[in-house]
Amino acid sequence: MSKSFFIDTTLCTACRGCQVACKQWHNLPAENTTNRGTFENPPDLSFDTYKVVRMREQVIDGKFAWLFFPEQCRHCADPPCRDTAGEPSAIFKDEATGAVIFTANTKGLDADEIIASCPYNIPRKSEDGTLAKCDMCIDRVHNGLLPACVQTCPTGAMNFGDREKMVSLARQRLDIVKKAYPKAQLVDVEYVEVIYLITYQPELYHKNVIAMNAPAGMTRQMALRKMFRPMTSIASGIL
Amino acid sequence: MTNHWIDLKNSDCILIMGSNAAENHPISFKYVTEAQRKGAKLINVDPRFTRTSAKADIYTALRSGTDIAFLGGMIKYILDNRLYDEEYMKAYTNASALVNPAFDFKDGLFSGYDAANRKYDKSTWSFQADEKGVPKTDPSLQDARCVLQLLKKHYSRYDLKLVSEITGTPEADLLTVYKTYSATGEKGKAGTIMYAMGWTQHTVGVQNIRTMSIIQLLLGNMGVAGGGVNALRGESNVQGSTDQALLWHIWPGYLKSPKASDTSLAVYNEKYTPKSGDPRSANWWQNYPKYSVSLLKSFFGENANKENEFGYNWLPKTDEGKSYSWLDIFDEMYKGNIKGFFAWGQNPACSGTNAGKNREAMKKLDWMVNANLFDNETGSFWRGPGMDPSKIKTEVFMLPACVSVEKEGSVSNSGRWMQWRYQGPKPLGNSLPDGDIIMELGHRLKQIYKEEGKFPEPIRNLKWDYLTDGKYDPHKIAKQINGYFLQDVTIKDQTYKKGTLVPAFAMLQADGSTSCGNWIYCNSYTEKGNMSARRGKQDAPNNIGLYPEFAWCWPVNRRIIYNRASVDPKGQPRNDKRWVIRWNGEKWEGDVPDGPWPPMELPDGKPNPEGRYPFIMQKHGFGAIFGPGLADGPFPEHYEPLECPVEKNYMNSQRMNPVAPVYGTDADAHATCDPRFPYVGTTYRVTEHWQTGLMTRPQPWLLELQPQMFVEMSEELGTLKGIQNGERVTVKSARGSVQCTAIVTKRFKPFNIGGLTIHEVGMPWHYGWRWPESGTEESVNLLTPPTGDPNTRIPETKAFMVNVVKG
Ligand code: SF4
Ligand code: SF4
Ligand code: SF4
Repeated sequence: MSKSFFIDTTLCTACRGCQVACKQWHNLPAENTTNRGTFENPPDLSFDTYKVVRMREQVIDGKFAWLFFPEQCRHCADPPCRDTAGEPSAIFKDEATGAVIFTANTKGLDADEIIASCPYNIPRKSEDGTLAKCDMCIDRVHNGLLPACVQTCPTGAMNFGDREKMVSLARQRLDIVKKAYPKAQLVDVEYVEVIYLITYQPELYHKNVIAMNAPAGMTRQMALRKMFRPMTSIASGIL
Repeated sequence: MTNHWIDLKNSDCILIMGSNAAENHPISFKYVTEAQRKGAKLINVDPRFTRTSAKADIYTALRSGTDIAFLGGMIKYILDNRLYDEEYMKAYTNASALVNPAFDFKDGLFSGYDAANRKYDKSTWSFQADEKGVPKTDPSLQDARCVLQLLKKHYSRYDLKLVSEITGTPEADLLTVYKTYSATGEKGKAGTIMYAMGWTQHTVGVQNIRTMSIIQLLLGNMGVAGGGVNALRGESNVQGSTDQALLWHIWPGYLKSPKASDTSLAVYNEKYTPKSGDPRSANWWQNYPKYSVSLLKSFFGENANKENEFGYNWLPKTDEGKSYSWLDIFDEMYKGNIKGFFAWGQNPACSGTNAGKNREAMKKLDWMVNANLFDNETGSFWRGPGMDPSKIKTEVFMLPACVSVEKEGSVSNSGRWMQWRYQGPKPLGNSLPDGDIIMELGHRLKQIYKEEGKFPEPIRNLKWDYLTDGKYDPHKIAKQINGYFLQDVTIKDQTYKKGTLVPAFAMLQADGSTSCGNWIYCNSYTEKGNMSARRGKQDAPNNIGLYPEFAWCWPVNRRIIYNRASVDPKGQPRNDKRWVIRWNGEKWEGDVPDGPWPPMELPDGKPNPEGRYPFIMQKHGFGAIFGPGLADGPFPEHYEPLECPVEKNYMNSQRMNPVAPVYGTDADAHATCDPRFPYVGTTYRVTEHWQTGLMTRPQPWLLELQPQMFVEMSEELGTLKGIQNGERVTVKSARGSVQCTAIVTKRFKPFNIGGLTIHEVGMPWHYGWRWPESGTEESVNLLTPPTGDPNTRIPETKAFMVNVVKG
């Protein structure tokens, strides 16, 4: 069975332990940043930054809220980035975990096209055109460890495990959270291995929380179906 | 903490006020969110909307420095609506005690004020006593002189309108907070407070906490699971350092530092050993001489004996009425009265209030030793901004210390858990554990004093045998702290052999037959082994997360202190589901009780003469609603900070705390209601940095997250000053100025203070010129004021006045 994350944003305090743990495990260099009038930094995902905790100040129904969204690759069930690359030695899906992996062989592919194909705007290229993103800490997971970001999360916002367990945990939690936040939802749950629970409209958190907006004339569901097949049809017989 | 981190999950209502736990104690949120998931309400009160506020069910803002007004309003609300836990209050607090008729409070001053010396004669702050010295009471709580009636009178002034005018908190928000929190007064409900430096760092710091303690006693929240008064300590071993008397006014284990007038050990012990005439008051401090003598034996070993008063006279005494705190040290240094200085694991050039004065003061030293992991703004003060190295005579020595993970030893966390740590990596380069540095220092001093020296006895007689194979041995120190029998001692038919470790502080003696480096740690390292190294994962029978075999907790592994108040007088839990202890007819079950005595009442409801009141550290055994021990009054009263935005205190005619210290050199400028400094300033921490940033600013991953000094302000203030989000600005106070990046945010809002619009801005204190390399990110403490709390002298870095200008 594949592995999934359940990220409960209602519990996330934006401590950013996950963001640093990710850099530490992958030994990624720090970026030279400045304070841009926000705590959020670095400003975006990059070749050296696989995870960024988004922090947004919103006034919702007259009430102020500070929304936190730990952004990372969703490890799509049927990843458009892989299909666009069409090169299994560069982008492939690890069957045991469901992790979508980018290798050094992404160098030389059409990086911009691959980036454009990602419904969540995740991959980033280096100067030489190599692509990088979250790898689900596949080395850790294959050795029975939790991903670094999950391991470090103090609040219970980040969870990781067998997909079935994570989906049921997510649904249970949604039921509870809905009582206080009727608009709460699990984002694109059928299509991704990284399941976010959010309480307000997705666009209030960050622009790419849900799969990107569909072209005119198509419902979002139709677009999603066109973009990739849902988890259920891929994993039928397992789920 | 009276309780501990895990216990937060047992709460029905968590008030986070004076702390920003989500950001500064991120792990605490494991338990806060667990409580929330079980339905607990989280209330957050903070001048600024923080990452904690983002998770709170109820958030409201108050102006920095007005917590007593806010909480005093809650006391009034509880009393007016009779929401207190009457059974608890009557049985376990001093609510019914009758106060001295001469005690008085008028317009901001308690009886006994001495204006010339800015201090109180506290003799009228006392109880009416019977012939045995036991306070007289009125169990009906009707007598006008009983504590409850005086409390009512005192807080009758704290009505919603006035509180709102002072704090800037809307009346409706005050009511919501009061109502939600007071609901924990119901029997079986528990409310807790998580506070930190947001409460302590004020001229009314201790009284902020006292106000909350009164609320907790009224609501029956002390001693219970999910309750208590919980200080979140700002550094991982700061609890341990306080326990071990890092502060000047205490000896280890919260014994008192002797004064010059305590001319002999007998005088000292007599003065600090309280006497109670009530046989049902445990009055635990009656054991004081056992702890003081055992401590002296641990200092001086065989050289301490009855004849030389166990070396009492070898220890320094403080001058009457004089304080020796951090503020005072730098004041004296600035005046040129201190020649040499060890800055050990500290960075006063950035961490101390009014840090510009500290930096100037260091110029007056002949020498300074900087023992630290890295060079810092203190060790390099002579080449800092505005310094001319050619004119500075101070000789600075750097002693490189290794980092905590490179050495073995214990840390004590906020929950009083002493946790042993093994050594990870070996120390880098020529760095050493602090213990080795201190041992070597001691050896060298002993060598010098062998030959000559003024008053050599303390150094010659010091017991200094903590090496194994030439290296500092933390086990030897830990055992010394626990204590030894120094001769065969027989207690109740059992003989303890000379040279064995004392099993618990009840066995310590006042005759020199035991040693103990810190009585509250006695029981931590016994003949059974190092208790703090235990890692047992079994919970106690009450299943409330005590984990009694994980590490060790002072005192005697009691995880929730005052737990005798968690039961009714018959010893039955006031909350069955989250019981802490219970009496099974023969003995207590659950947590280690606050003493072995049976419950207060027999099964038939008659008083049990063997029973003891729950608040065993109080002379009379009762939770102190009336608390006569502090420097500034038995009931907390609202006073404005040294620097504030209002001409007068709306509550009384004393603008600021009448006994708070204010320093007076030319470097101690301050300005209140001064048009040059119109905005309230406050300081705080961020998750991403640690203390003065010595360990985090050079760390690229952390600097990436929080690269620069910043100042947060409201959008309204941004508009007023024409300041754009993200632009560089200068923040100024009467003492200095600091460059910051402006964060213009909805998370700060202007306050309506009695009809005036008052803006507040906030800055983190983690920066300093040594790092990042640009040298432009300076310490906020160049701005903070020269004053502090009269009881503790913790500086008032949470409320002062500033201006913000572009550029
Ligand atoms: S570690 Fe957990 S709580 Fe902290 S930012 Fe990441 S997801 Fe949020
Ligand atoms: S989120 Fe984007 S990068 Fe990640 S698997 Fe899906 S398509 Fe690929
Ligand atoms: S799973 Fe691993 S790679 Fe992906 S965000 Fe978490 S820590 Fe980074």
